This record gives sequence, C-alpha cells and structure tokens, in this order.
Amino acid sequence: MRFKSSVVAVIAVFLPAAAYAQSAAGDDPMSLQADDGQWALPAKNYSATRFSTLNKITPENVKNLKVAWSMSTGTNQGHEGSPLVVGSTMYVHSSYPNHVYAIDLTKEGGAVKWKYTPKQDARAVPVACCDLVHRGVNYANGKILMVTLDAQVIALDAKTGKELWKVRNGDPAKGETMTSAGLVVKDKFIVGISGGEFGVRGHVTAYDINSGKQIWRAYSTGPDEDLRLAEDFNAANPHYGQKGQGTSTWQGDAWKRGGGTTWGWYSYDPTLNLFYYSTGNPGTWNADQRPGDNKWSMTLWARDPDTGMAHWGYQMTPHDAWDYDGVNESILADLTIDGKKLPVLVHFDRNGFAYTMDRAKGTLLVAEPFVAVNWATKIDKKTGRPIEDFSKRTKQGVVTKDICPNAMGGKDQQPAAFSPKTGLFYVPTNNMCMDYEATEVKYTAGAPYVGANVLMKPGPGGELGELIAWDATTGKKVWGIKEHQPCWGGVLATTTDVVFYGTMDGWFKAVHAKTGKLLWKHKVGSGIVGAPMTFLGPNKKQYIAVYSGVGGWFGAPVSNELPTNDPYAALGAVGLADKNGLYKATTKGGMVYVFELE
Amino acid sequence: MTRPTRPTISAAWLAVVSALLCIPAGPAQADAPKQLRVCGDPNNLPFSNEKLEGIENKIADVIAKDLGMTVAYTWWPHQRGLVKRVLNTRRCDVLLGIPRGYDPVLWTKPYYRTGYVLAYRKDRKLELRSLDDPQLKTLKIGVQVNTPPHDALGQRGITGDNVVGYQLMFDSNFHAEDYPGKLVEDLIAGTVDVALVWGPIAGYFAKKKSAPLEVVVLEDRPESGNRFAFDISFGVRKSDQELKGRLEEALARRHDEIKHILEDFGVPLLPAAEEKAGGKTR
Repeated sequence: MRFKSSVVAVIAVFLPAAAYAQSAAGDDPMSLQADDGQWALPAKNYSATRFSTLNKITPENVKNLKVAWSMSTGTNQGHEGSPLVVGSTMYVHSSYPNHVYAIDLTKEGGAVKWKYTPKQDARAVPVACCDLVHRGVNYANGKILMVTLDAQVIALDAKTGKELWKVRNGDPAKGETMTSAGLVVKDKFIVGISGGEFGVRGHVTAYDINSGKQIWRAYSTGPDEDLRLAEDFNAANPHYGQKGQGTSTWQGDAWKRGGGTTWGWYSYDPTLNLFYYSTGNPGTWNADQRPGDNKWSMTLWARDPDTGMAHWGYQMTPHDAWDYDGVNESILADLTIDGKKLPVLVHFDRNGFAYTMDRAKGTLLVAEPFVAVNWATKIDKKTGRPIEDFSKRTKQGVVTKDICPNAMGGKDQQPAAFSPKTGLFYVPTNNMCMDYEATEVKYTAGAPYVGANVLMKPGPGGELGELIAWDATTGKKVWGIKEHQPCWGGVLATTTDVVFYGTMDGWFKAVHAKTGKLLWKHKVGSGIVGAPMTFLGPNKKQYIAVYSGVGGWFGAPVSNELPTNDPYAALGAVGLADKNGLYKATTKGGMVYVFELE
Repeated sequence: MTRPTRPTISAAWLAVVSALLCIPAGPAQADAPKQLRVCGDPNNLPFSNEKLEGIENKIADVIAKDLGMTVAYTWWPHQRGLVKRVLNTRRCDVLLGIPRGYDPVLWTKPYYRTGYVLAYRKDRKLELRSLDDPQLKTLKIGVQVNTPPHDALGQRGITGDNVVGYQLMFDSNFHAEDYPGKLVEDLIAGTVDVALVWGPIAGYFAKKKSAPLEVVVLEDRPESGNRFAFDISFGVRKSDQELKGRLEEALARRHDEIKHILEDFGVPLLPAAEEKAGGKTR
C-alpha cells in the first residue's frame, strides 16, 4: 500500500478540511495558492513561479524517488500543462477530446471519483494548429473551470463533475479553437483564443464563474474601444505605442484579420490588480502584405481583471516575419536591479530574447538573448525596439536561410520556473534555426495558392534543447544542461534546490538548482511536454506528478504518426523530428505519473 | 457503407496468390472497383455541390462512365484536414481539381490549366491589363487574403485602405456566407471596383449573372514570386499509383468532353504548361 496511513486515519484528517472547503471561505484561488500542500492553480500561484516550499524531497534523497502510481488519460495527443491537487483530489486533464478526471488521493493508487468528457464539435480537429493539446483546468470555489478545443468555456461541479454552465467563446468553423488553461481571478474566468494561422482576431474574455455570463472582451487589434485601453495607457512609456495604433499600424482592413491570439499562460498581481498575458503573431503570414508594426500582436499586456482595461502594452516583435508568437508565460517576481528592488515580470519569448519588465509601469529593464539569435542583434533599451538584421527578414518569393531561432522559438509554451531561494529562473529552451521559403503549393475550397515552406534545422552545436538557469537581473545564463531533443516540457523548482523537468525522449529528471548537476532520472512511457507539479498527499508525504505524452508542435509527428516522407509537414516539424531521432526515442500515449520517496 | 476496395493491394495480393498457386491472374478483372469514390465538397460551386451541379461533379461522371464505374461521394469541405482525415483514411479515393505540386497527394497529369484573374465591370471602362497599372493604387480592390495576387499587391506596396480582404478559409458546411463567389458578386454589385480572384470562380459567377465583366488572366511570373497559373489534376493517395494510371488514361480519352465542360462553366483556360514549353501534350 502506497499511502501509509490507514483509510480511517485519512478520513479523520480530511473530513473537516472537506467540510471547510464546502463553506467556500478559503476555497478561492487567492487563498489556495498560498498553501503549498495543494497545487490549485495551473502555474501553482498567481505569480506563475511553479515554485514550492515543500521540502521533504531534497538533493540528497531525490535519488530514492519511485513511481507511486500512474494512470492513462485515455488519449494519445500531446499532454501539456499540469494536473491540479485541491484537498485530497487530483484533477487530471487530457488532450482532445479533453477528458477531465477527479482522482481520490485517499485511495491506494488513486481512484476515479468522476470523469467528464465535453461534447465537442469535431470541426475543431482539422483546424487545430500543432497537435490537439490542452494546457489544464482551473479550480475555484468548488468549481472546475475549463476550455475545450472547439472553443467552449465550461464550469463543472468539482465534487460531482456535473456541468454547471457552458458558453461558446469561438467558432471552430472559422478556425477558432482553444488550448490555453486560462486563469480565474476573483469571480472571473479569463480565457484566450487560438487560431492565428487562420487570421483569427485575438481577444481575451472574462466570464462570470457563477453564471458563465460574459463580463468583458478585449481584442488584440483594432479600434481603442475594442482594445479597451485605459486613460493612462502606456503613460510611463508613450514611445512603446499609444492609442489609435491598433488600426494605424496596419493598412486597410488588415487589422480585422490581425491575429494576436492569446493561447499562452496568464499571471496576476493582486497588489497592482493587473493580470499579464501576451499575444501571438499577426494574422496574415506574409509580412509584405501588412506593412507597419501590426500592433498589438506580439505584445506583453497588463490589464485590470475587473474591467479588462489595459494599463500598459509592450510590443516585442514589431511587424513579425518569423511566426515568433509572443504568448509565452510572464513570471512575476521581486528582483533587485541596479540596487533597487522592483516588482518585475520575466518573459522568455519565442523570438529568443528574455525580457525583464517593471510590471507596474511596463518599462523594459533587461532584454538579452537566452538562445542563439540572429534576426536581431539586440533590443534597444531606449526605444524598446529590436535592432534587426534585415538579411534575416523573410520575404515573399525569397529563400531566407539560417534564421535563428526557428518559428518554434527559443522557447515555446513550455513554462519556466522561478526559485526565490536561488533567485534564478529555470528555463526549458530550444536550439533550432530555419530556412524560410514561400514556394509550397497549397489548396483550399477549389483554389490553389502558395504558402511558406519552413525547413527546421538544428542550431549551433547540434543539440536541439537546453535547460538553462537564468539571472533575470543581468540577463545572463548561469548554467545549462544540453538535451538532444527540444526542451518542450515545463519546470518545477522547490525550496530544497531540486529542479524537475522532463524531456521529449521520455526522461523525467531532477537536477540541482545551483549547479545543474543531475540528481536522478526516470524513463516514462512517452515523451514529456507537460510541466511537473508537487503536493502533499493525504498521508502528508510529498509527491511529484508529471504528464507523459509526447506531442505539441515538435512532437506532433510522433503523436499523430505523420509519415516521414514529407519533411515540411506539421509546419516543418517532421523533417527535423525524424532526423533527430524522435520517432525512435519515444512513442505516443497520455499518462500521469506520480512519484514518492521510497 | 461497403468495405473499401483497394485496387493496389488486391492486385498485389492476387499476384502473390497466383504465384503461389500457379494459377493465372484472370480473376483480377472481376475484382476491379465498381465505384469511383470521390471526396467532394458539398457546397462549393462552381467546383462541386451535393446536387452534383459543379464542374468536378460533371467531370467525375465522365471519367466514371469511361471506366465503367459509378460515382460515390464522401462529402467534406475542401479545407484543412481533407487529405489526412478523409482521403488518407480511405473514406474516398479521388480528389478532383487539385493543383499540381500539392504535396500531400499523388497528382495525375494535369487536365487543364488556369490562373488568377483581374476582373472588373466592362461599363467601368478601366482598361486594366496588369497589376502594375497605377489605377490600382486608388481603385477599391477585393482579394482573397494570402492568395498569390494578394501577395503581389503587397510587393507593389498596394496595401492601403483600398484593399478589401476576403477570407481564404471557407467551410462550406457551416459558413456558406463566406463562399468564394461573394467577391465576384460584390464586384458585380459595385462594392469593389476590381476583383483579383481564381479564374474559374470569376468565370462562373460572371456567366451565371450574365454580367458584362472584363476578365484578364494575370501573367504568370514565377521568377518574381508571382505565381498565378496552376495546372489542375486529380489527386489520389500517394500509394495509389495504379488508380493514378487508370485516371490518366481516362482523362486522355475524354479530353474533349472535359474541355467542353470547362468552357461551359466559363473557366478561363490557359495552354498546358508542356505545350507552352514546346513539348508534347499527352
């Protein structure tokens, strides 16, 4: 028996807690995030640090980790994100069709309390970009709040799995899908939208968690009223862009298909009452057709969760020509920079630069490359704009060779962790470059057209991934661990200086936070693209859990069994995944693994 | 639904069995498929619809008849996922009207060549002949986004308020209002001055409305990245070499009938690429 305490003891300990939870006090994300025995938010806490103070697993004993139990999720596409643990229940999600399981942790090996599968519109499947992933569910006030691939927003009773309400946030027949976990702030569930490659006009939307009623929606492009810009928008940095630019930095009606989708991670600062997220690439892939900065695609945003009004916005990649979606997570920390302690936001962008921003004012403090970058030499701190190497800018009808990073980015959605103990960020990165040529014949509804061919290649040195430790106060790498495959899984850091991450070839690893020294590894059933989490079981033991289930953009060739004869398939992923041995390194299949000390 | 017949595989098996048993491979004839199984778009005229009114429906009938088969349709909008989820899962065997060079499938020798066109109402007397005409800097231009003429406008710096974008993605089952012909109807109604559109769409809607439209086929200039003309073929699964061969033979035999159908639908026909290059046609 894995949980050493008897069932009777477990009930004795947990009934009062459960009763307490039902009373709703302390059952909201704001309260739950403070308890490290639980993992109640997608990124552990509102700061999205993925850091835990649980200290029973240490650099000394981590070598004794063993599988406590594991469970199949029943689906084979990529498993991104993390399970949640609230009280004595684990909430497990899967890739499409987005099953949700409530697992009773008081039972040996975990037992399914309920399973929920949303009814979905199958039209979402062919339009979903880059594998049929899902990045997790939210818990708030006795409810599970989730999105579906076919763009529904759903609330479930966390005790029974019964639907409380559901609303439609997008139309898959227009290319709109949903994959992001979203975030609950106060009584609102804030969600994004995917589908940039179809010219979907991106937005964030807040729904009342009790009724499903839409409270506000803020677009990424278009007129100011659609963007919801506050009176003081960018007051501290007017040169980053002002009102009117959601249309004036586009020509014609191109902003209507402006992209700027919002499929990444969300974080929140309760003191400033601002939530943070960022937007994806501009809608029309051919940059020649949309001269201008194309605001506010590729932008870090700070908005008021109550009203949706934006207080600042900073565009990282003006006039994107590389598909460097800016949607990666923003981690909130208080760091000392130039002798001053500041509330900052740290963001590792697909474009290869790591940004440290003053999160109150939206001022750029540090921007340095964290991987091999050649499309720009640096970010001009005064203007906030990249200094571009124009020979690396893609153009219609021209083959542009060896652009670094590639379209998958120096880092994709896989979330980093921050340890306040070491002061370092632990970042899963990609080391890939690309050739970009607009020659491929495509076809839709009777008409042919020419699309871009992207040929992915290894970056300098040849290994496709690296876990790095990053000092965001100076913008410098402290150490790195090379990985043969791209680092497509998230990271967990604990107060005992153990850092956990998984690899696409299926190794789940623990390394030392200060040195990167490998402390332990375990091969799981399928490659890891999920983010590890930790919690205390009902028996007060510390557990580590992680999804196994290869997929996502780079992993889609394996999870979808794509033939290797077309290297450009899966937007260029097939060729490199094949060459790099991913097909032989792992096989598909969604599982959750739970580890404990022997 | 009957179990799909797989010509390549059944032929291969027969060969193996024949070799093993030393019997002649005569019964192969009896095993030839009786149905031409077409992956058809349910609602995308002029190409195809469920009432079998489209160009591809007519051509499918001609080819099936030639091969002594009947046509059986699997209806699926011709957009993303078509090959992977419909053709390659063997729900049907043939895509009609795909461009040569479209990699996910094996394409037959082309049976016609057409291109993107520039269209405007004759009564406007615009005398436009190419995308380099300076009038295009001010005229209201309707164009499907991300298509070759859209890119060509971008190259010429024509990206301003006078360019009206139409969605390229079209789900005929659920968003019939976005049908590609909308652009031509807007042109006829005068909402836009010029339409840059795929030739068969322009030809059909102009003919249907008996609209006096000037239709100029854009000059194909692949060397400058302006690829406007495409050879059109049938597409089959990459493994279906045998079916490809039989379709090509039928297409050659029915060349004149097919040409007649295309002309009937107002498709602007260009000389086949091989002819232009001085090579033999078929």
